[in-house]
Amino acid sequence: MKPIRRRFPWAFLGKRLVYGALAMLAIAIINFFLLKLAPGDAAEALAGQAGTADPEYIAQLRAQFGLDQPLLSQLWAFLTRLATLDLGYSHVFNERVSTLILSRLPATLMLMGAAILIAVIGGIVFGVTAARYANRWPDRAISFVALLLYGTPPYWIGLMMILIFAVWLGWTPTSGMENVLAFHTGWDRVVDIAHHLILPALAQSIFYLAIYIRLVRAGMLEVLSLDFIRVARAKGISERRLAYRHALRNAVLPLVTVVGTNIGNFLGGAVLTETVFSWPGVGRLMFDAMFQRDLNLLLSILVLSSLFVIVANLIVDLLYAIINPTVELK
Amino acid sequence: MDRVKSFVTAVFRDWMLLVGLILLATVFFMAASAPFLFPQPPDTMMGPPLQWPGQYPGAPLGTDGLGRNILAGLFYGAQVSLLVGFASVTVAMVFGILVGAYAGYYGGWIDNLLMRITELFQTIPQFMLAIVVVAVLGPSIQVIIFSLAVVSWPAIARLVRGEFMVLREKAYVQGCIVAGMSDRRIIFTQILPNAMSGVTVMSTIMIATAILMESALSFLGFGDPNVTTWGTMIGMGKNNLRDAWYIMTIPGIALLLTALALNLVGDGLNDYLNPRLRSQRGH
Repeated sequence: MKPIRRRFPWAFLGKRLVYGALAMLAIAIINFFLLKLAPGDAAEALAGQAGTADPEYIAQLRAQFGLDQPLLSQLWAFLTRLATLDLGYSHVFNERVSTLILSRLPATLMLMGAAILIAVIGGIVFGVTAARYANRWPDRAISFVALLLYGTPPYWIGLMMILIFAVWLGWTPTSGMENVLAFHTGWDRVVDIAHHLILPALAQSIFYLAIYIRLVRAGMLEVLSLDFIRVARAKGISERRLAYRHALRNAVLPLVTVVGTNIGNFLGGAVLTETVFSWPGVGRLMFDAMFQRDLNLLLSILVLSSLFVIVANLIVDLLYAIINPTVELK
Repeated sequence: MDRVKSFVTAVFRDWMLLVGLILLATVFFMAASAPFLFPQPPDTMMGPPLQWPGQYPGAPLGTDGLGRNILAGLFYGAQVSLLVGFASVTVAMVFGILVGAYAGYYGGWIDNLLMRITELFQTIPQFMLAIVVVAVLGPSIQVIIFSLAVVSWPAIARLVRGEFMVLREKAYVQGCIVAGMSDRRIIFTQILPNAMSGVTVMSTIMIATAILMESALSFLGFGDPNVTTWGTMIGMGKNNLRDAWYIMTIPGIALLLTALALNLVGDGLNDYLNPRLRSQRGH
């Protein structure tokens, strides 16, 4: 069968880009005013760190950061800087904010990617197995474990994994992204990072694994009861091939949408996972920024995270249309 | 044979609901009895530090690094978890139902505007938004309840909107309109009661999510510093991961069982309230 040829949905893309830009603007404004509500500002926090509450020093810091300007001009300055992707300078970390975030982004993307991969593959394998043995013991066992995992605090499962696999069994490192002192290069470094990645990625994926198992199971049960499956079965196709080639294709479609809507939650969950595992990503940076009260950095992370979610959702929508040609993009 | 099978399935299902209700009742009992069983506040030193469970008679589940009674912490922590979970979801329900009902009932530009705002809140990563709200307004129980409500309402709004869009077209609603009933009365006395079963099920499961998120905030150190919560207990226990792992394990299990209980009750309610869907769901 030839794939259906279709024109690239430019109109859809354009409309979504405009919506995305408007959403970004709204989110930026919301975040800006939210953070302005905070008692105390970066100048006070910095002065506190320097061990002084001298009003003159604080005022000097404020002028230095532009915190003494009227609110609206601060917002305008923020928005124009955002539009040119100039996110300013973090005085707490002594680094340009864009450099800071970009340098942390690969670690977070790696963690998120691995976690999504584990959740999706695990969800499909266990979900399909549960559906094939519906209401028999493999299904009961998988569904019960999924129910347990669904209620497990993700940071706690991370700590328990550190305890069991790193402290007791010594199979994995306890934290960090790589063994910096070993000065690994090339392939050795990749292996080292992968070794460090296993536990945080697993911990991050647990909750979504539980959701995807239930989703795939329900979808499979629905599809397996349809006529075309009965026809395929009558043709003598093996049950495994029936499940993975014929039914799964149809059952997996809702999963794509759900993964898309979960991307923001994966990013939010990274704050916890990265804190527990000392993973040097954006989530950990956000945690640090919060404690240091680095408002500009905090603001930039929030806005960029939202931008990331908007772009990711757009990609998922386009992807969905490619997988399922019956979807019409409007 | 089929009848036997479906009977067994039904018992198994009810059995799960039963377990959920018993677990939930236990948590409520813990919360209610905490001040009577443990008159001392949970953050007072009750014995020598780092006593393992069963080692020190005054603290059956052991003591933490500062000699605090872990069992007392569990009982008082139940209060915070239940309060934050139920209160935040109640606030989220009120707001979500209002937004969803008006969007679904009126449609058109009202629907468009309200749904764009709802989507906006779903675009910002939930947990990050909750952290920022707490960081901005200061860590107190009220602020945490508010922050969790802020991230929870969009899901309810979307669900309610969907129900209203369907129910609005039903003949009995059209009848009410023809009879000259006011929009507000139709929304709240005619349509809303019929949309509540889905909201009830969803809110049960959202309480579990809210409790887990509160514990995560406390774990990171953004909780109310004046109360003992399961999340702070895990955060404290993290420092004794190697030598006294029971400190963080025990409250974690309490959290897991509470969330499990709420999910079991949610599933059971769903089967009870939507019996037609029973054959499609299930486990």
